[in-house]
Amino acid sequence: MTGFSGIGVSPGVATGPVARLGEPPRLPAAQPVVGADDQDRAVTALEETAGELERRAKLASPEAAEVLTAAAMMARDPALASNVRDLVGQGIPAAWAVDRAIGGYRELLAAAGPYMAERVADLDDIRDRAVAHLLGLPMPGLPAPGYPYVLVAKDLAPADTALLDPAVVLAVVTERGGPTSHTAILAKSLGIPAVVACADALSFVDGTPVVVDGGAGRVVVDPTEAEVAEVATMRAARVARAAVRGPGRTADGHPVALLANVGGPADAVAAAALDLEGVGLFRTEFLFLDRAEAPSMEEQRRVYRRVLEPLAGRKVVVRTLDAGADKPVPYACPDPEDNPALGVRGLRTSWRRPELLHDQLEALALAAGDTGTSPWVMAPMVATAAEARDFAEVARSHGIAKVGVMIEVPAAALRAASVLASVDFVSLGTNDLAQYTFAADRQLGALAGLLDPWQPALLDLIAATARAGREAGKPVGVCGEAASDPLLAVVLAGLGIESLSMAAVSVPDVRAALAEHTIEQCREMAVAALAAESAVGAREAAARF
Amino acid sequence: MTECRVTIASAVGLHARPASLFVQAAAAQPVPVTIAKDGGNPVDARSILSVLGLDVRGGDEVILSADGDEAFQALAALAAVLEVDHDA
Repeated sequence: MTGFSGIGVSPGVATGPVARLGEPPRLPAAQPVVGADDQDRAVTALEETAGELERRAKLASPEAAEVLTAAAMMARDPALASNVRDLVGQGIPAAWAVDRAIGGYRELLAAAGPYMAERVADLDDIRDRAVAHLLGLPMPGLPAPGYPYVLVAKDLAPADTALLDPAVVLAVVTERGGPTSHTAILAKSLGIPAVVACADALSFVDGTPVVVDGGAGRVVVDPTEAEVAEVATMRAARVARAAVRGPGRTADGHPVALLANVGGPADAVAAAALDLEGVGLFRTEFLFLDRAEAPSMEEQRRVYRRVLEPLAGRKVVVRTLDAGADKPVPYACPDPEDNPALGVRGLRTSWRRPELLHDQLEALALAAGDTGTSPWVMAPMVATAAEARDFAEVARSHGIAKVGVMIEVPAAALRAASVLASVDFVSLGTNDLAQYTFAADRQLGALAGLLDPWQPALLDLIAATARAGREAGKPVGVCGEAASDPLLAVVLAGLGIESLSMAAVSVPDVRAALAEHTIEQCREMAVAALAAESAVGAREAAARF
Repeated sequence: MTECRVTIASAVGLHARPASLFVQAAAAQPVPVTIAKDGGNPVDARSILSVLGLDVRGGDEVILSADGDEAFQALAALAAVLEVDHDA
């Protein structure tokens, strides 16, 4: 056995054989002589690619099927085929001709602007598949060895993660990525154990058995029988912990609400079936992404109803559109920015397009009326008390009863008391708060250490916000990934956080951890963590109790 | 050669679904049809990549052309596709 370490981002243990994500094929440096049948081979490869996309379309959801069918049309494009034939006719071998012809259309579409970004990605996929076919290389994308496996990759693209099936993918290990990367968030939402930033991941060989501990961030290659047996024990213990039921509370009954983060109606229905007290973060971006125009108020109202209805009687916190940075929405933030994480994003997009915010708030108010519910509504990326006050005025003018803001900019955390003066609640988005406190890009695996939610400076900002909430008598929640670390959840309770919102899969472990400590112990652990000099020190200090 | 000018009704322009519907309709015609922006080079209307590459926006005017006996019917059929707002 050999052990490797990375960052555990989705709890749980699993064991199984390694299967590596297919890398995009590269053309060999030496270009061979063109073959007699290269024209037909090239066109056949495009045709086969179209056929494969159509087969996938049949298995996909209606929305995804439409995209895949459109991609199949691109692979079967008659102008592309004749272009490829011309290039082969000029003496260019099949794979190179396909690469060059698609490259030409790629440039054409990329030049047409952000509308075409998805189509450009489709073209890249077609190119990779057709070239792999022609060179006899493994197909890019998720492996299909015919048995469940541990997926190993340099990193996962959103297109790969969207297709992950927890019945087939036992665990995920990536070389890149950080604790708040999309791979991490998606693995967690699917309940797949995951380790990211594992430097040696790409040295793992297909078919080799591994044990993955997505909580501790460890991967063991060629485990002993005892280690494999331990996986079964740990999985059983996890099932037993999941048996603890009911609202979140400490050993002495101090309540800490356990809430789920959801991204759409399907998540809301899933969360409603679980032992949870509600939703602490309903992300509304899915309604706005991948389209050229904002959804109409009626469309929004229908979708919000489908989220609010199954959760009636429970708390639901809705976050208004958080466009910008890693979630580009061309009609909300049209100008390319050199530094989008620091740009016109979140609530700031409403400065230029106030009607987007008005429509969303009105649709939420109407959906609340339709369902007889009273959702809390908060704005993302608020930096100043004035922004919070302006948002609260607008939201209340639409009839929203409970108005809040996210605390994810250090400026807002430092002045939490004045921010709280005009809103009913605040929620700490610890992922962005860490990014902005440490000037460390969330997507960069190399900076993962700075983004560790145990960093004492981040804990200081959380503590200051919680203190301001206590003094104002207004609730302060956490809806970042920090809430899903069971030990940190206990510390957050000790700091005075009243609700923890996380991927639903993390709730049983957090509930069990809270139930093992009294509120006084939570407070002592918080004091010890705040006194530490480093993230590692803070975690160790809390773990000593 | 038969030509006709059509204004694009879909707000998203000749992108995404409206483009797919148009190209599928073009492939179903008995004669080859080309599409061009005003003053631009005509491209094969059966080629989704060429049509997307035109980057036609909602409200833009395009020129459809075809040859032969069945040109008129083909152009009428395709113009009808472009004059419907497929986002509505």
